[in-house]
Amino acid sequence: MTNLELQKMANEVRKGIVTGVHAAKAGHPGGSLSAADIYTYLYFEEMNIDPKDPKKADRDRFVLSKGHTAPGLYSTLANRGYFPVEDLVTLRKLGSYLQGHPCMQHVPGVDMSSGSLGQGISVACGIALGAKMSNADYRVYTLLGDGEIEEGQVWEASMFAGHRKLDNLCVIVDNNGLQIDGKIEDVCSPYPIDKKFEAFNFHVINLADAHDFDQIRAAFKEARETKGMPTAIIAHSLKGKGVSFMEGSVDWHGKAPNDEEYAVAMADLEKIAQQLA
Amino acid sequence: MADVKTSKVVSKVATRESYGNALVEIGKENPNLVVLDADLAAATKTGVFKKAFPERHIDCGIAECNMTGIAAGLSLTGKIPFMSSFAMFAAGRAFEQVRNSIGYPHLNVKIGATHAGITVGEDGASHQCNEDIALMRTIPGMVVMCPADDVEAKAAVRAAVEYEGPVYIRFGRAAVPVINDRPDYKFEIGKGTVVREGTDVTIVATGICVDSALGAAEMLEKDGISAEVINICTIKPLDEEIIINSAKKTGKVVTAEEHSVIGGLGSAVCDALCKSYPTPVCKIGMQDTFGESGSAAALVEKYKLDAKGVYEQVKTFLA
Repeated sequence: MTNLELQKMANEVRKGIVTGVHAAKAGHPGGSLSAADIYTYLYFEEMNIDPKDPKKADRDRFVLSKGHTAPGLYSTLANRGYFPVEDLVTLRKLGSYLQGHPCMQHVPGVDMSSGSLGQGISVACGIALGAKMSNADYRVYTLLGDGEIEEGQVWEASMFAGHRKLDNLCVIVDNNGLQIDGKIEDVCSPYPIDKKFEAFNFHVINLADAHDFDQIRAAFKEARETKGMPTAIIAHSLKGKGVSFMEGSVDWHGKAPNDEEYAVAMADLEKIAQQLA
Repeated sequence: MADVKTSKVVSKVATRESYGNALVEIGKENPNLVVLDADLAAATKTGVFKKAFPERHIDCGIAECNMTGIAAGLSLTGKIPFMSSFAMFAAGRAFEQVRNSIGYPHLNVKIGATHAGITVGEDGASHQCNEDIALMRTIPGMVVMCPADDVEAKAAVRAAVEYEGPVYIRFGRAAVPVINDRPDYKFEIGKGTVVREGTDVTIVATGICVDSALGAAEMLEKDGISAEVINICTIKPLDEEIIINSAKKTGKVVTAEEHSVIGGLGSAVCDALCKSYPTPVCKIGMQDTFGESGSAAALVEKYKLDAKGVYEQVKTFLA
């Protein structure tokens, strides 16, 4: 896909995020919106996947370690054709397959259940190791929050990935700088993130603008071509990206817009759509 | 049916040894079997598997929570992972990882937890896990087994491989008598066994306490009390039928386990009886207390989990 096509699709993904969270009256829009371009690039460009055959054996795998940004994953999967976009409004509702955090048994395209922070990266390492043991050449991607990396298990997993030279593993840290209690450097700073992963024997790519598809494309290409060590992409992003009043605001980490706010948010995204048209 | 004399056999094997040996045996047949450790392969006795199949042994270092996720991921690629550590760390430290990364997605991961209970011995209370059965049985879909001896431990490992889904198996550090070494021995997940028939009281036991219960039954017989002994290896799903049928016959039930009386076999038996056939129950086990350092033999004597201890507690219960 061209960058313009990717931008348009990412904007549709953002509409789905806002619509789902609004309908649910709860959920996590901020970190879903900050990662929307990454999600879009992975599912529309980078990964070898087939929405018609979600479990095909040689598919690339994705583990959403920051499981609370399920609205971003769901909207991406829906727009990619795994299930109807109309279902996004059932998010978090009783009886819906779109649970608050991803459940692999019920959502086509979800490779692993997640939600408890720090665990997804370990599972991604296990899948990557299993692929190597089976001489399979699929790749494994996992998306983490920058607050999430305060969990010690992330570094247990990183030590393992570096030690085992899991070059079929690509860790992405959505570095939007904010967590529930405030700025990550104020709460319990994980910085420097790049140097930490380097110390754990990762190839580290600083993705300066996680909303620029040229840069995203280059980063994932570099990751794919890196042999002998796992890659960590530190994706510098804007929390709430695309919705004016959510951008850079910690208040929108885990809160749903009311009807008026929803109208403003959708107008913001519609405006972007028109600019891209 | 075990002869009463079988509790006097001299052959003794620690079930952790059985675990390692079974893994090697099954590993020869099943190339998908992989074994994980967290720097304790020498102690969990998976070292023999590591030696036989180095390419299928994954040492995760001292990081049990990560090991749990690695096992989950491996299972998603078609492997049958056995993650090994002490019960304290596999069920205790990594509880939330076991719940969320294995239990919730119902993955085909087997947890081989060694050094369970107070027979860890000299290491003391920090390493004596008396809570793992309670923790593991609360996870929906988790099979929980606690084999009594070498024969049963090996059979449980094999059954776990054949079963699709998460399984927790509890093994001990100390050598225990072989009591199931008989030609007609059969193992099935979820099936208990009457190892001694009786009419006055039922002793439902698991793990090392099966041998203690058999010894206690012999002592009770001398007092004119006929005790039925049921070996429950699978605590979840529990063979409720065998327990209820025995309770109907004896009217009195004692449970015996090397585990806290809170949440373990005793609680599971009470859950089963209270809904179908309310019966007075005496729970033998760790009475809401931590263990301490000492030899395994000294500890089971002090905490009344040996034959004499079980005998005395049954007598008090029946008095």
